Amino acid sequence: MDFVGILLSSLSFLLDPTTIAYALATLGLALHFGFGGLLNMGMAGFMALGAYGYAIGILYFGLPWYLAAFVGIGAAIVFALILGIPTLRLRGDYLAIVTIAAAEIVRLLLLSSAFGWFTGSADGLSGFNGPGGTVTNPHEGAGGFDQSNPIPDGTYGFVPFLDNERTWYLRIVGLSILAIAIFVVWRLVNSPWGRVIKGIREDEDAVRSLGKNVFAYKMQVLVIGGVIGALGGLMLAFSTNVNSSVYVTSLTFFLWTALLLGGAATVFGPLAGSIIFWVLQAFLGLLFPALAKAGLMPFTTIQASQVKFVIVGFALVLLVVFRPQGLFGSKKELTFVK
Amino acid sequence: MRRGVHRLVSALGAVFLAFGILALATPAHADVVNPEMPFKISGNVQNNGEPIGGVTITVTGAAGFTATVPTDADGKFTVGVPEKSADYTVTLDETTLPEGIAVVDNPATPFVEANVQAVTVGPGGRSTMNFFIGQGERHTVSIADQIVQRLISGLNFGLMLALASVGLSLIYGTTGISNFAHAEMVTFGAVATFALVQLFGPAMLWLAIPLALVLSAGLGWGLDAALWAPLRRRGMGLVQLMIVSIGLSLGIRYLYQFFIGGSTEQLPGSDAERFKLFGTVTLSFTDILSMALSVLLIVVFAWWLTFTKIGKATRAISDNPSLAAASGIDVDGVVRIVWIIGSLLAGFSGILWAYFRPGIRWDMGGQILLLIFAATTLGGLGTAYGALIGSIIVGILVESSSLIIPSDLKYVGALVVLIGILLFRPQGILGRKERVG
Amino acid sequence: MSSNPTSSSPVKSTGLHTGAIKPGVAKKDPILIADHVKRQFGGLVAVDVEHVEIPRNAITALIGPNGAGKTTFFNLLTGFDTPNEGTWSFNGKSLAKVSAFKVARMGLIRTFQLTKALGLLTVMDNMKLGSTSQPGERLGASLFPFVWKKKDREIDDKAMDLLKRFKLDAKKDDFAASLSGGQRKLLEMARALMTDPELVMLDEPMAGVNPALTESLLEHILGLKKAGMTVLFVEHDMHMVRHIADWVIVMAEGRVVAEGDPHEVMKNPAVIDAYLGSHQDTDLGAVTGRITLPKLPKEK
Repeated sequence: MDFVGILLSSLSFLLDPTTIAYALATLGLALHFGFGGLLNMGMAGFMALGAYGYAIGILYFGLPWYLAAFVGIGAAIVFALILGIPTLRLRGDYLAIVTIAAAEIVRLLLLSSAFGWFTGSADGLSGFNGPGGTVTNPHEGAGGFDQSNPIPDGTYGFVPFLDNERTWYLRIVGLSILAIAIFVVWRLVNSPWGRVIKGIREDEDAVRSLGKNVFAYKMQVLVIGGVIGALGGLMLAFSTNVNSSVYVTSLTFFLWTALLLGGAATVFGPLAGSIIFWVLQAFLGLLFPALAKAGLMPFTTIQASQVKFVIVGFALVLLVVFRPQGLFGSKKELTFVK
Repeated sequence: MRRGVHRLVSALGAVFLAFGILALATPAHADVVNPEMPFKISGNVQNNGEPIGGVTITVTGAAGFTATVPTDADGKFTVGVPEKSADYTVTLDETTLPEGIAVVDNPATPFVEANVQAVTVGPGGRSTMNFFIGQGERHTVSIADQIVQRLISGLNFGLMLALASVGLSLIYGTTGISNFAHAEMVTFGAVATFALVQLFGPAMLWLAIPLALVLSAGLGWGLDAALWAPLRRRGMGLVQLMIVSIGLSLGIRYLYQFFIGGSTEQLPGSDAERFKLFGTVTLSFTDILSMALSVLLIVVFAWWLTFTKIGKATRAISDNPSLAAASGIDVDGVVRIVWIIGSLLAGFSGILWAYFRPGIRWDMGGQILLLIFAATTLGGLGTAYGALIGSIIVGILVESSSLIIPSDLKYVGALVVLIGILLFRPQGILGRKERVG
Repeated sequence: MSSNPTSSSPVKSTGLHTGAIKPGVAKKDPILIADHVKRQFGGLVAVDVEHVEIPRNAITALIGPNGAGKTTFFNLLTGFDTPNEGTWSFNGKSLAKVSAFKVARMGLIRTFQLTKALGLLTVMDNMKLGSTSQPGERLGASLFPFVWKKKDREIDDKAMDLLKRFKLDAKKDDFAASLSGGQRKLLEMARALMTDPELVMLDEPMAGVNPALTESLLEHILGLKKAGMTVLFVEHDMHMVRHIADWVIVMAEGRVVAEGDPHEVMKNPAVIDAYLGSHQDTDLGAVTGRITLPKLPKEK
C-alpha cells in the first residue's frame, strides 16, 4: 500500500478547484444560516443554476465566458427571489422544506429528457470552456474560459501541487473569487447591516419592532448567499462539464457538514471546514480501498470506498451534538437559531 | 427472488435465438444514445425479418433515467444505460410504426402489453430487447382507461405514502423534529425483509414481513432510546435536531449501500401476474394486497389514535406539550411509543414501496422523502389525519400527472404543489391557522 | 410581587378626558385612537374594542384578567397581527394594513411580554440596533465603512448614555443572553428608547423582575413621561398601576369594560365583575389586600 501516495494525492485537494468551489458554496451557506438564520437546504440548486446558467450562456446565447457567468448569477438571483417571496414570511423550518424541494425541482428539470435539447438531460453539457463555439453558431463565440488563460503551457509547482497551466489558472481564478467573496462577507457581517441580520437570526419580531424591514433584509441575505453559492457552481463549471447528477441533495448536506465543521457564524470557518472536509473525504476515499485491497480491512474495495460517506453522516450527528459551534467558532458566539 | 427475472431473460433468449441470429450477425450501425454510459441495451425491430427504421424506442430506468432513440435503417437501436444489474423498461411507440401493424403479443403473457417490455441488464452490462411486429391490434389505451389505471395506481401509491407520512407527522407533532431520517426508516422495512428472505428463503416471505415489522418497531425504539431521548433531555433546539436527523439519514443510507450494494434487488412476488380488471386496466395481486393491508393498518392506527388512552395522550402532546406534561401525561413514554409506531408504519410503507417501484435499493426511501414531506405539509404539519389525506392527494397527483407531463417530471408536480401550498395555506388542509395564546 | 412604594410620589397628570367617564371616553389630546377593532381566532373573539383613546404624554395602564385580550390588542395596534375589522390611527395617521416595522418607524415602539433580548448579540449591539436611519444598515453602504463610521460613533455615544442611565454600562460587551431576566427587561426598554419613540408600549414590563429592579423599572417608566413620551403598558399588579399610571383602561373578554383614574376605576362594578366574576382564578393576590373591594351583589 502506497501510503505516501495516498497522502499526497489527498493533500492535492487542499488547493483543488473543486474544494474552492465547495468553499464558496459553504460561505454562501454561512451567510444564510450562520449570520442570517435562514435554513437553506437547497444550496445545490443555487450551484446548479450557476453552473448551467454559465454553460447555457455560452452554448446557446454565444456569450463570452465572463458574460455567461452573469447568466448563472442572474439565474441564482431569480431563484432566490422566487423562493424568498413565498417563504421568508413563514417559519424557518418551512424554508428548509421549500428550499430542498426547489433544489430538487431544479435538478429534475435539468435531468428531464423533456428539455434534453437544452440541458443535455442525463448527459449534461460539455465543451463550453473550449475554443469559441456554440451549439447555435458553431463558428462564432468570443473564446472560452480556457482561451483566457495567460499562463503558457507546461507543468508548474511541486508535489502535491504539480499541475498543468489549466489547473493553475483555475486555482488562481478560484482563489481570487473566494478571496473577494470572503472579504465582502466579512465586511457585510461586521457592519450595521450585519448587526441587523444577526438580530434577525436571534429574534425577527424584536428587530421588526425596532422599525427594520425584516423581510427585505432576509431577502438580501438569501440573494447574496445564493449568488455566492452560484459562484461555487460557476467554479465547478470552469473546471469541468456540468451534469445534474452532481447537484443532488446530498451535496447540500455535505456543504452543511463542512459549514458546521468550520463554524457556521464565522467568516473563515466555511473555508477551513471545506478544506478539512474534502481533503479528509479524498483521504478516506483512497485509504479505505487501499486498506481493503491490502487485506487490512474486511471489506470489498467497493464497500471500503463507501465507508467514508457513512462516517460523514455520523460525524455530522456528533458535530451537532457535541461541538455545535464548529472547530473554529467560539462556544459563545454561535450556536443555533432557536 | 431473481426467478422471475431469469425466466424473462431465458424466454427472451429463446425468442432471440429463434428469430434474431441473422440480424445480430450483421455489423451494427445503430443510432446510439448515451454512448459514454458503460452499459448497453440494444435490439431490433423487425416485421417478418424486414427491419423497420424510424421507430421510437424509449428506455426508462430507476432514478429518473430516460432515453429515447429512433431505430436506424437496419431496425436497430442501442441505448447506453447508467447501471448494470438493474431493471429497465423498453417501450416501443406503436404510433411510429407503419400503418396496419403492431407489436405481436406474447401468448404466454396475454395481459402484458407487448410494446412495453421489462429488461434486466445483467452483471455483464449488456442486454438485448427485440420487438417482433406483425398484423395485430395496437396497444392504444383509451384515455378513460388510462385515467382509471392512474387513479388506482395513485391510490395505491398514496396509501403507501400515508403509512410513512402519518408517522412523520406524529413525530413532528410530538417532538417538533423534521425527521429526514424517516426515509431510512422506510428503507429499513424493505431491507430487513430482503435480508430475512435471504436468510429463510423466499417461501418464508409470510414470516419475513412480520419479523421485518418487528425489527422496524425495534429501530424506532432504539433510535429514540439511544439518540432522541437524550437529546430531548439536553433541550436541544429544533434546528439542531433537524440537522442531526440529516446526518443520521446520510449515515444510515450509506450503511445500507455498504451492505446491499448499489444495485436493485427484488422481493419474492414482485413479478406477480397482472390480471385484467376491465378495458386495459390491469392490477396485480400484490397491488390489491398492498392496498388492502394499507387500509387495514391505517384504520387500526386511526382507531388507536382516536380511542386509546395513549393515542389521546399523543394528540394532547401534539396540541400543547407543556399543558400535556402538566396534566400528568408521561410525555417521554408517549414519545417513545410514537417513535415505535412511526417506525413500524414507515417500515411497512418501505415493504410496499419495494413492490411498487419495484425493487429494493439503498436510497429507495430517499427517493420519496420529499413526497412524504409534501404530503405531511399538505395535510398540515403535525396532524396525523391531515397527513393521510395529503398522502392520497400527492399519490394520485404524482401518478396521474404523467398523463400530462413527461413521466420523469412526475415528482416535480408534487413538489410544486408543496411550494404552492406553503404560499397560500401554510397550515395545510387540516392544520389550524392560529391558536389563542 | 411585594415591593415598596417609591420614595417620591410621581406627578400625576389629571383632566385627561372630556365628558363623563365611561368606556371609550374621548380624551383631550389622544395620541392613539382605535375604533371597532375586532380579532377572531376561529370562533373565539379575542379582541372586540368598540372605541378607545390613549391620552398623549401620560402613562396609561391596560389591565384585565388573563385572556382578556390585552396582548392581542397590543399586537393588533403595532401591526404584529391583523384584525378582522376595525380602524385605528396614531397621531391621526391610519395604521390599518401598515406593517409592523413601518408602525415602529412612525414612533410607536413596543416591547414584548416574553423579553426579546437578542441573546447572541452584545448588549451594545442590541442597543445600536435600536437606532433608526443608519446609513450602514443599507446593503450597498455597509460595504464602505467610511460612509457609516461617523454615524456609528454617534450612535455609540447615545447608546452609552442610555446604558449608564439603565445601569447596564458595565455589561456593554457581554452577550445579552448572559443578563438576568430583569436586566433584559431594562435592556429591551433602553433599546426601545434608542429609536426616539413618541409612544412606548410595554407588555408586562414588570413580569418576572425581582423587586430590587422593579423600583428602577418604575422610575424609568416615569422618566419616559418626563422626557415627553407617552406610555401604554400592560400590567397585572394593581399596586404598580395605582402608583404610576395616570389613566387605567380595563379589558375583559376582549372588550374595554371600564376606564378612569386608577383610584376610581377599581371601584367600578364592571371591573370587579371582570376580575372576580368571570375569572376567579386570576392573580387576585395583586388585587386583594391592596384596595378594598366593596361587596356588591352580582346583578345585571
